[in-house]
Amino acid sequence: MSRPIATTRSATGIPTGRLAVWWVLASEVVIFGGLLASYLLHRLGHPEWANAAAVTNVWIGAFNTFVLLSSSFTAVLAHRAAEHGDGRRAARFLLMTIGGAATFIGVKTFEWYHEIVEGYTITSNGFWSFYYTAAGLHALHVIAGAVIMAFVARDAARGRELQRVEYVGIYWHFVDVVWIFLFPLLYIAK
Amino acid sequence: MAQAATVAVQGHEHASAPHEPQGLLKYVWSTDHKVIAMQYLFTGMFMAVIGGLMSYVFRMQSAFPGLSVPGFGVVSPGEYNALVTNHGTIMIFWVAMPVLIAAFGNFLIPLMIGADDMVFPRINRLSYQIFFLSALVILASLIVEGGGFGGAWTAYPPLSAQDQYNLTPLGSSLWVLAVALEFVAFLLGGINFITTLMNSRAPGMKAYDIPMVCWMIVIASILFMLSVGPLIAGAVMLFFDQTIGTGFYNPSRGGDPVLWQHLFWFFGHPEVYVVLLPAVGVVVDIVATFARKKLFGYKIMLYTTVATGVLSFFVWAHHQFIAGIDPRMANIFTITTLLISIPIAELIFVIIATLYGGSITLKTPMLWALAFIAEFMIGGVTGIYLGASGSDAYLHDTYFVLAHFHYTFFPIAIIGGFAAFTYWFPKMFGRMMNDTLGKIHFWGTVIPFNFIFIPLFVLGLGGEHRRIYNTQSFPELAPLQPVRVLATVSLIVMLLFQLVFLVNLVRSLWKGPKPGKNPWKSNTLEWTAESPPPHGNWPVDQMPRVYRGPYEYGHPDREEDYWPQNLPA
Amino acid sequence: MAQSHHPNYKKIYVTLLVLLVISVAGPFVGIKWITLIAAFGVAVVKADLVIQNFMHLKWERRIVKFALASSLLLMFLLFAGVAPDVMRHTGHNWVNDAALAATARGIAPPHGAGEAAAGEAGAAAGAHSNGDGGAGTDGDTAAAPGGAGSGAGQPDTLRR
Repeated sequence: MSRPIATTRSATGIPTGRLAVWWVLASEVVIFGGLLASYLLHRLGHPEWANAAAVTNVWIGAFNTFVLLSSSFTAVLAHRAAEHGDGRRAARFLLMTIGGAATFIGVKTFEWYHEIVEGYTITSNGFWSFYYTAAGLHALHVIAGAVIMAFVARDAARGRELQRVEYVGIYWHFVDVVWIFLFPLLYIAK
Repeated sequence: MAQAATVAVQGHEHASAPHEPQGLLKYVWSTDHKVIAMQYLFTGMFMAVIGGLMSYVFRMQSAFPGLSVPGFGVVSPGEYNALVTNHGTIMIFWVAMPVLIAAFGNFLIPLMIGADDMVFPRINRLSYQIFFLSALVILASLIVEGGGFGGAWTAYPPLSAQDQYNLTPLGSSLWVLAVALEFVAFLLGGINFITTLMNSRAPGMKAYDIPMVCWMIVIASILFMLSVGPLIAGAVMLFFDQTIGTGFYNPSRGGDPVLWQHLFWFFGHPEVYVVLLPAVGVVVDIVATFARKKLFGYKIMLYTTVATGVLSFFVWAHHQFIAGIDPRMANIFTITTLLISIPIAELIFVIIATLYGGSITLKTPMLWALAFIAEFMIGGVTGIYLGASGSDAYLHDTYFVLAHFHYTFFPIAIIGGFAAFTYWFPKMFGRMMNDTLGKIHFWGTVIPFNFIFIPLFVLGLGGEHRRIYNTQSFPELAPLQPVRVLATVSLIVMLLFQLVFLVNLVRSLWKGPKPGKNPWKSNTLEWTAESPPPHGNWPVDQMPRVYRGPYEYGHPDREEDYWPQNLPA
Repeated sequence: MAQSHHPNYKKIYVTLLVLLVISVAGPFVGIKWITLIAAFGVAVVKADLVIQNFMHLKWERRIVKFALASSLLLMFLLFAGVAPDVMRHTGHNWVNDAALAATARGIAPPHGAGEAAAGEAGAAAGAHSNGDGGAGTDGDTAAAPGGAGSGAGQPDTLRR
């Protein structure tokens, strides 16, 4: 794979790919942070939203939290395997992580379907608008992450670009962390 | 910053830079940072023509209300609003940022740090493609049914959120979409710039050996990245309000329009420094070269810039002093806003101190750089009246504000843009521009510029509000019409002088003399490559090594008055 | 560097799951403060465990920690700067009638709160002089979900 000399240098001591992922995360922190801060401002100012919030199902939310935490676990195991040079093992763990992502999206689809059918749509009221927007934006990041992870897994299985297992993992853990905060915001703190 | 020796890869390892496509397809598939830079540059220049023509039309309406504008026709109120809205939006997002940051950042950063390309060339290409798409979307928004969005570049809801108010259902949504795409493009580009500068420096290039313009572009990218997030979230919310009927900004639905204002300006204020810093960086590099003098305070400038960047996050609500924010917050933001004028003034002082005692040559790039200082200072000083909430209560939303920010934005985008363009033209195109035509263009731009905007300060102090379609409707404003005519005529003169630039550009590209590698006898690494540099910038076994800082001019140990960074001691 | 540091991932994972259980169990105690601490305190701890150990930030260079900390701090700054206008619905000489009316209406039915009577833009400055300026608060961002301004019980008699 041909790449510029620039990509291989490292004046900071941090590999270029990893450094870039950290900067991606910094920008994502302010995107999600802005959205969640906006939600929090409104939620704290509108106590009557508690009635809408009561509808969300904490068990589904908790299950999805469990799924994402587990997928983070498999992602870091993939990283350890890649570090030891075992690309195929890393790819297997990455596939488990992707499976977790698919499960998450599946559960969310089921959850949203029922909520929408019961009349709680994005335009129902302020709480639901934020609920679907925030969880939706998060879900898009889950899907994007899973897609990228699939490409990395394919390369890793062939023993190539193993360092990317770590990088996509870092991104994946971030997606998990966002959900770690979304869960109490949307499901517990009613 | 880590002093670790860079890991320069052996020539035989990863030596093959990605194969460079040929012909017209080069502009679709190339990942070379220089090609991408050209794409951004010419897209930005094209959009500048569009934005400039828009200003011609609405200033004609302002000066001669109701009359048919040559080349456009009679301007309706809705069209007037769309013109002023999109003029501002296009100039900031599709001219200033692509030219100063994306074009010159892409071209200069790898060359100035001695790298063969950006660290992620394919993401670089993707960023341009997304940017190009965003340009198509904003242009499309102007011609769809209903016309272009007319709710001001600040797009406050409820005007921007509800079609029943803005009357441009398609235009307003496309506008939001275009801006959001542009943000994504610059986020991607920024990651490339930051990572490249941090990691890919030539062996021997320590942090304080980096040319100031590279620092400035990267710090600007960081500022952009950290400030745009909340607005991206806000833009998604606005888009939903517009298209699917949510009520994020609708108070009767549990939302709050003031939230948009905060999200917008939390980004909007750092944004002005995002465009200012690269322009200052360009001016610094030009001044050092044409004054043959070491930069007065490299570290002072660097740390002051970081301080400016940090402070820029603490001043945003000065744009909202009379929007109904809590007056106690207005107190706080007045103080922080007045404080931020200090580091910015410091930057200007460093440049002036660099000039002092220098051996100055007044070539065209130097004229632009000097004009930047003079004109930007007028902008900066007039900002003080606006930063103090007391005086702002009168001046807000008048032409005083408009003149203030044109005295900052115009030096940044246009003067800074031409400074950079004329300075690096020989390196980018392998030709010299004609200096006489350059000077004619310079004076023909800068002098009329002042005759456009000084009158607007007068109008603003006289109480004329912004975005008024026909001032003849206001008896107290009508008598000032000659002032408006003066401003408009000056604009037309200035626009006509841009033809001199176009003639110079075309002539020079075809018939300009060849410059060699280093026509300006500058120290920085880009001048050690061919003009223009080939793919990969230097032969793989001749990648530069750095032995000193970028501004060693007039050094006592040297016979020559300059000392390139790559020459061994 | 990060490469050579591998904490006991399984232990961290189990800890995360235990914390998850705690956060879900919190509401069953019934006391609001315990619910909130269980929910958000646990979230912070979980996030910290994932960030430090799974993302290996603990062993990362300082510049990265600094960049991430900056982005997070900016979010607190954003919250602090916006809260006096958006979170609070009364303040120094202003009242947000529409928001207070929405709160007073209480439960919003699932299909829109569209019958709002007072549709004017929120936070209108000037005309509504509400004597004590919002009960002397300092515009800080104390998380008090129950406190949405002083007028919650008197929807349309806030103008003086």
